Amino acid sequence: MSHDVSHEHEAHAHEPVGYGSYILTWLALLVLTAMTVTAAGMHFGSLSVLVALAIAMVKASIVLFLFMHLKYEDRIFHRLLMIVIAAMVIFIGLTFTDTLFR
Amino acid sequence: MSSQSHSIALPNHKDYQGSKFAIWLFLITEVILFGGMFVLYSVYRSEYATDFHHAAEELNTLLGTINTLILLTSSLTMALAIAATHHGNRKLSLTMLAVTVLCGVAFLVIKYFEWGAKIHHGIYPGSEFLLAHPKGEILFFGLYFTMAGVHGIHVLVGVVLLTVMFLRVANQPNGKVSFVAGHGLGQAEGGRIAIVDKDGKTLWTGEEIDTSIQRIDISTRYWPVKERFRVIDFNLLENSGLYWHIVDIVWIFLFPLFYLIT
Amino acid sequence: MFEHARVPEASSVNFYQFKGRFSGLAGWIFSTDHKRIGLMYLILMLVFFTAGMSLGFLMRLELIAPGKTIVDAQTYNSLFTLHGVIMVFLFVIPGLSASLGNFMLPIMIGAKDVQFPRLNLLSWWLFLGGAIIAVVALSTGGGPPDTGWTFYAPYSIRTGTNVTMAAFAVFVLGFSSILTGLNFVTTIHRMRAPGMGFFRMPLFVWAVYSTGWLQVVATPVVGITLVMIMVERTFGIGVFDPLKGGDPILYQHLFWIYSHPAVYIMILPALGVISEIISVHARRTIFGYTFVALSSIAIAVFGSVVWAHHMFVSGNSLVANFVFSLLTMLVAIPSAVKVFNWVATLYKGSIQLETPMLYALAFIFLFMIGGFTGMMLGILSIDVHVHDTYFVVGHFHYVIFGGLGFALFGALHHWYPKMFGRMYHQIPSKISWFLVFVGFNVLYMPMFILGWEGMPRRYYDYLPQFQKWHVVSTVGSWILIAGILIMFINLLRSLKTGKVCTELNPWGGGRTLEWTVPSPPPLENFDEIPTVTRGPYDPEPAEAK
Repeated sequence: MSHDVSHEHEAHAHEPVGYGSYILTWLALLVLTAMTVTAAGMHFGSLSVLVALAIAMVKASIVLFLFMHLKYEDRIFHRLLMIVIAAMVIFIGLTFTDTLFR
Repeated sequence: MSSQSHSIALPNHKDYQGSKFAIWLFLITEVILFGGMFVLYSVYRSEYATDFHHAAEELNTLLGTINTLILLTSSLTMALAIAATHHGNRKLSLTMLAVTVLCGVAFLVIKYFEWGAKIHHGIYPGSEFLLAHPKGEILFFGLYFTMAGVHGIHVLVGVVLLTVMFLRVANQPNGKVSFVAGHGLGQAEGGRIAIVDKDGKTLWTGEEIDTSIQRIDISTRYWPVKERFRVIDFNLLENSGLYWHIVDIVWIFLFPLFYLIT
Repeated sequence: MFEHARVPEASSVNFYQFKGRFSGLAGWIFSTDHKRIGLMYLILMLVFFTAGMSLGFLMRLELIAPGKTIVDAQTYNSLFTLHGVIMVFLFVIPGLSASLGNFMLPIMIGAKDVQFPRLNLLSWWLFLGGAIIAVVALSTGGGPPDTGWTFYAPYSIRTGTNVTMAAFAVFVLGFSSILTGLNFVTTIHRMRAPGMGFFRMPLFVWAVYSTGWLQVVATPVVGITLVMIMVERTFGIGVFDPLKGGDPILYQHLFWIYSHPAVYIMILPALGVISEIISVHARRTIFGYTFVALSSIAIAVFGSVVWAHHMFVSGNSLVANFVFSLLTMLVAIPSAVKVFNWVATLYKGSIQLETPMLYALAFIFLFMIGGFTGMMLGILSIDVHVHDTYFVVGHFHYVIFGGLGFALFGALHHWYPKMFGRMYHQIPSKISWFLVFVGFNVLYMPMFILGWEGMPRRYYDYLPQFQKWHVVSTVGSWILIAGILIMFINLLRSLKTGKVCTELNPWGGGRTLEWTVPSPPPLENFDEIPTVTRGPYDPEPAEAK
């Protein structure tokens, strides 16, 4: 059989998310984009990277948790996110122990 | 374990959570793939901060912003396409999928013109014009073209993937039942397949089933009733959606780090 | 697309006899059966190993005397590059995971196959494809690469040899590795038999699990790094080119961010196999099971933060050197945990000196030498003198060959009756073990002395004072190769002439699930998925069954 009724409950264990909440999410992303473009015109000096990164991380989290449903998934999926963040922090951080102190 | 399925197929161990887990593992590899390039970006940015700042002024912030908005919108339509399947709304799902694909194409078209202009002005890896500039600027554009290029390839792959998904969803809802010699077909010998309406009136009869018949396939194409559509397992579509969102997330970081450091 | 029919008779024949949709060669190369895929990996890997070994043989012939002996300098550079590329990417990294891991993992967790059998087959096809591209890279473009298997920039960017295609081959092979890791991690999370919690899994499964994570997290880094080498060579982006402001040391960082975890990808499954062999052939449960299991995870984690110890003399900052040297000290600890627990397992065990046990005991000895010399290299003040000398070459051959190599040989003998339904001929197996062990040490032990005295690695020529130990080493290579050939011939012959062995548990001491299925196993391994009620090495309760 090409469709499998018995897995209905496993597949959509939670109530389907309403369309409206996705639209709100999108609006939030548009606002954050406007913020990041505006921030680019302001003079934060050496902090400008951090501001840009911070806004980008908020946007990414919104996409991850809401569009990609991470908020509703089992905890193991959250741990996967932790693993990749830890990997990036280690790779960049430890490389900087070299390049920053040459 | 005795077989009770009617068809020759792999046992139906559709592990929904398992495929979702596997897709997330794959997305981890994608993030780390880009991550390697972000390592280079972060080191060179800290080393050549002023050069990066000057080089970024060459990039077209308007087109970059438009592309960002396009990808963010495509993420919305992707999420809506999947939500529509949960609500049983086939038409909306297909429309949203089509818009997502078009957004992807639009992104690539804008990129094409953006890069065309750059190349026309002599700004491309290895060009004499670029090599005459300070080292930090050379590296900025080297990283820019490589990272945006790898990202663009992923957008292209996504466009193809979602087009295939569109066709698959358009094909739903349907079903197929098979009866095979040795698995229940023998009982039908001497009989015929018939379609009988609710009043008992025969609408159609098929050939008589004798021992020469090895297999009967009944493919059904259901009227796209909401209830039928809603229970279909759109596993592959949802996993494709996850891929598309990651492509969006990568751009969420690329955009400010290249276009907005002015 | 490549599905097999699930017919009732499948359980009464073994997996070789099962007739699927295809027959003959097609029945193998289109099979999604993890056992066939594992054997196909094994066959390819042993072919590549033989090729790599032949290159090593030629290298040692060249080095038996100073100056030109059989080849010129450029050829020699290509020889050691190819020897490294083949051994690392075509033999050691797929290693025990892709071959015996594929065969044994599902059986050991009580499953019928892996989570994604078709993806598994795709991994094998990518492996074969990458190998073919690597071979093509030898004979096209500017000829075989001469950069060393590490492809360091800026030479890898400038050299006229066919680095671009070789890099692409490694990229494809990396993809194969990623998909295998992904498949195995998902399989272990989702397909364990009822009752088998994580802490009832055999230690080989823990090892393959940790390896899978490294494959998923680390491999993409080398993937993108090689892409950048290809882009650099083709378009001149400049990221690793000092003339354009690029930093070649960053290449080394990115390369080793993968390649150090890669050596743990190589060794973790081997460490797992040793636990299995010792448990069975000492008739004991593994002492400190939980510690050994968690040490696999620890090795994976610690092994991911030490990469720059390959770069101590490349131009790193002193801060980085301190940090990485300190972290390198940590990574020895979980390995030591394993060795202590094995020794405790052997103590008062009922030790059967079968060939697998001989390889396991040799492993412990050789791996410890490799590990100690690794610790020495991790100390800055020592590394400054011996980096890029034969000391390093000795070290990594002890850990990789003495480690993974010996574990693979041991595993082949250990699981031979299970996989092939026959027993290998005992006497040749022990003779070959002896020759391999002696030859190995005669070949590689002198390298520590040579390196300590200053003989550089990857050098075609050398000063006359080094010749004595080079001669000893080359003679060792002949003894080693003789032993390996006898071993291979014995294992091949025994397929036809070995004593038929269809017992479930031919060694008698097997307690993990693979020893409960027929030898060789049927297509779907189990008629009924077992329910697990005890730890993997605990004996069956006397009153049960």
